[in-house]
Amino acid sequence: MNILVCVKRVPQTGGRIVLTADGQAIDTKFLGHTVSPHEECGVEEAVRIVEKEGGSTAVLTLGPAAAEEQLRDAMAIGIDRAILLETDGAEWDPVSTAGVIAETIEAQEAANGAFDLILFGNEAADTGDFQVGVRVAVALGRPIINGIKEIWFSDSRREVLARREAPGGGWETYDLPLPAVLGVKEGLNLPRYPSVPGRLRAKKKEIERVPLGASPSGALGLGAGEDAAGADSPIPGPTRRRLRLPAEERTQAEVLGQGPEAAPAVVDLLQRIGVLAK
Amino acid sequence: MSGAVLAFVEHAAGEPDRLSLEALALARGLAKHLGAPLDAVVLGSAAEAAAARLGGYGVGLAHVATDARFDEYAPAAWAAAVREVIGVRGPAAVVAAGSERGNEVLAHVAARLGLPMSANTIEVNPGESWQLVRQRWAGSLLEDATLDAPVRLLSVAPHAVAIDPVEAAAPAPTITRFEPEPEPADVVARVVSREAKASAGVSLSDAKVVVGGGRGVGSAEGFAKLEELAGLLGGAVGGSRVVTSLGWRPHADQIGQTGLRIAPDLYIACGISGAIQHIVGCKAAKRILAINTDPESPIMAVADYAVIGDLSTIVPAITAEIERRRASA
Ligand SMILES: Cc1cc2nc3c(=O)[nH]c(=O)nc-3n(C[C@H](O)[C@H](O)[C@H](O)COP(=O)(O)OP(=O)(O)OC[C@H]3O[C@@H](n4cnc5c(N)ncnc54)[C@H](O)[C@@H]3O)c2cc1C
Ligand SMILES: Nc1ncnc2c1ncn2[C@@H]1O[C@H](COP(=O)(O)O)[C@@H](O)[C@H]1O
Repeated sequence: MNILVCVKRVPQTGGRIVLTADGQAIDTKFLGHTVSPHEECGVEEAVRIVEKEGGSTAVLTLGPAAAEEQLRDAMAIGIDRAILLETDGAEWDPVSTAGVIAETIEAQEAANGAFDLILFGNEAADTGDFQVGVRVAVALGRPIINGIKEIWFSDSRREVLARREAPGGGWETYDLPLPAVLGVKEGLNLPRYPSVPGRLRAKKKEIERVPLGASPSGALGLGAGEDAAGADSPIPGPTRRRLRLPAEERTQAEVLGQGPEAAPAVVDLLQRIGVLAK
Repeated sequence: MSGAVLAFVEHAAGEPDRLSLEALALARGLAKHLGAPLDAVVLGSAAEAAAARLGGYGVGLAHVATDARFDEYAPAAWAAAVREVIGVRGPAAVVAAGSERGNEVLAHVAARLGLPMSANTIEVNPGESWQLVRQRWAGSLLEDATLDAPVRLLSVAPHAVAIDPVEAAAPAPTITRFEPEPEPADVVARVVSREAKASAGVSLSDAKVVVGGGRGVGSAEGFAKLEELAGLLGGAVGGSRVVTSLGWRPHADQIGQTGLRIAPDLYIACGISGAIQHIVGCKAAKRILAINTDPESPIMAVADYAVIGDLSTIVPAITAEIERRRASA
C-alpha cells in the first residue's frame, strides 16, 4: 500500500487571535505552528496502514520554507519521505493549491509509482475551505469521500472501506475501489507522540523541494486576477480583502458563588431559565 | 439565465434539515436583495414532501428528483443533479448548508464546473462584484472577501444565520420534476451500508442541556459525576479535545472546531479553559455556565454565569440540590 498524506502548516492559536496591523494575516510572532488535528490523524493512519500492510508513505505540503517543520514532525512518527511545494509565504487560494497538488501527484506517480490511497484533512484548520481534497480527486479522476473516522480494506486489498458519522447519528459506510482519496477527521485514531530516535531520524532525512514562488492569483494570495476568468480556465477565489475578529458577543460572567455552597444558586438559575421544572 | 438564487435543501424523510433552513434564510435575503426568485433543489423519494414545506421559507419554485437512487447519499451524483439544475436555470448563486454533505456536494459542483466556492459564508452583499463575509478557524476569525464568478457557490456556516419564522399562509412552491442520470463514476462513492445510533439517549446535537468536561475533570472516571447531572437534566455529556485525546471520552463527544458544534439552551462547561477552538463549538448555546477553579480563565469572558471552585465537589453538590428539591416537591 503506497499512501500520500497532505498537510498544511497553520499557526497554533491559543486563547485569542491577534492580527497584523494591516489585517492581512494572523500575527505569529509569539506563536508556534502545527497542522490540523484531522491531518495529524491522517499521518498516523498512513503510518499504521503501512506498518500492517507494507508499502511506503509520503507527506506533502504547499507552504513556506518553514513548513519543513511540519514535514519533519510527520517523518518523526514514521512517514518515509516528504515533498515541500515551497511558496514565498503568501497564502494560496484553494483552486490554485489543488491544481498544483494534483500536478505534483501526477509527477510523483510517474516517477515512483501510483499512490493507492491519498489522505486529506476534512478541512484545513485556518481557511476551512472544505474543497482542496475534492478538487484534487476530481482532477485525478478518483473517488473521494470526506468526514472519514474509520478505514479498513477488503480481503483482496482492491477496495478501501471507510465510514463516517451519519446525519442524526449512527454510521454510514463507503466502499471505494483503489486508487482512492479520503478526507479524514479527528477521531480516526489517537496519534502517537514522536519518539526521540524518530525525531533524530526525521532530522536527517532529505526533503524533496519544489519551488513555486508567489501565488498565481495575485499579491493577496487568495484570489483571482481579472484575467484568470477565461472561458475554460477555473476561476480562483474568493479574493480575500481583510481578516477581522468577530464582535465579542458576551461580557464578563455573573459569578453565582464559590465552591459547593453555590449549588442552591445554580439550581435557582436552572429553574429560572426553564431547564429544570420548578 | 434566470438570475435566481438556488438553494440545495437537505432533508430527512421529507423533513428539511435545520442547517438547510438556516441556509435558506441567507438565500432568501440574497434573492430579495437581487430582486430574483428563490428556487430550491431537493433530492430523493421524499423530495416532494420536503419541497412542499419550503413555501413558508420563501421558495417559489422547487426542482425535485424523486428517483429512489438519490435516497442514498453519493456526493458526486448529488452534485451532478445540482449541476443539471444550474444548467437549466442559470442561477446567480447556489446556496447550501455548511453541513458535512452541503459542503461536500458544493465542492463537487465547484470542481466539476471550475468555479470558486466560499465555504461557511455568513453574509453576502451582491453588487458589481459580490462582497461576502466568511468564517475561518470555524468562526474564531472572519474574512471579508470578494467573489466574482458567473455562478457564486456559497455554503452557510452552521448556527450563524437565524432560521426565518415559517409563514403558514405562504403558498406551496411550484414543483418541477427532473430526472438526472448520474454517470457511473459519480456513484462509485456512495453509502453501501449504515449502522443505527448505538445509544437511545438524547444526542449531543439535539440536547437542550449539555454538560461539558475538560482537563479539569481529571480522569475518565471523573465523568460519572457529569453523567449524573446531565441525566437529571435530560441532557448529554460532551468534552474538550484534551479529554478525547487522552481517551477519557470518545471523539464523538468532542465539542469544538474539529468536533461538534452545539446549540443547547444551556451549556455547563466544567474544567474547560475556553480555548477559541472549543468556544466556536459552543458559542451558539443560549447560555453558558462555567465551573472553574480559575476566575481568570478565558471561559469567563464568554460565560454568562460562573461558579468558582473545584468541579469535583461543585457538580455533585448541584446534583444533590436538584434531588433534594425534587424529593421535597
Ligand atoms: C486546529 C485546532 C483545532 C482544535 N479543535 C478543538 C476542538 O474541536 N475542541 C476543543 O475542545 N479543543 C480543540 N483544540 C484544542 C484547544 O486549543 C485546547 O487545547 C483545548 O480546548 C483545551 O482543553 P481544556 O479546556 O479541557 O484543557 P485546559 O486548557 O488544560 O483547561 C483546563 C481547565 O480546567 C480548569 N480546572 C482544572 N482543575 C479543575 C477543577 N478541579 N475544577 C474546576 N476547574 C478545573 C483549569 O483552570 C483550566 O481552565 C484545537 C486546537 C487546534 C490547534
Ligand atoms: N497548502 C496545503 N498544502 C497541503 N495540503 C493542503 C493545503 N491546503 C489544504 N490542503 C489539504 O486539503 C485539506 C482541505 O483543505 P481546505 O479545502 O483548504 O479546507 C486539508 O486538510 C489538507 O489535507
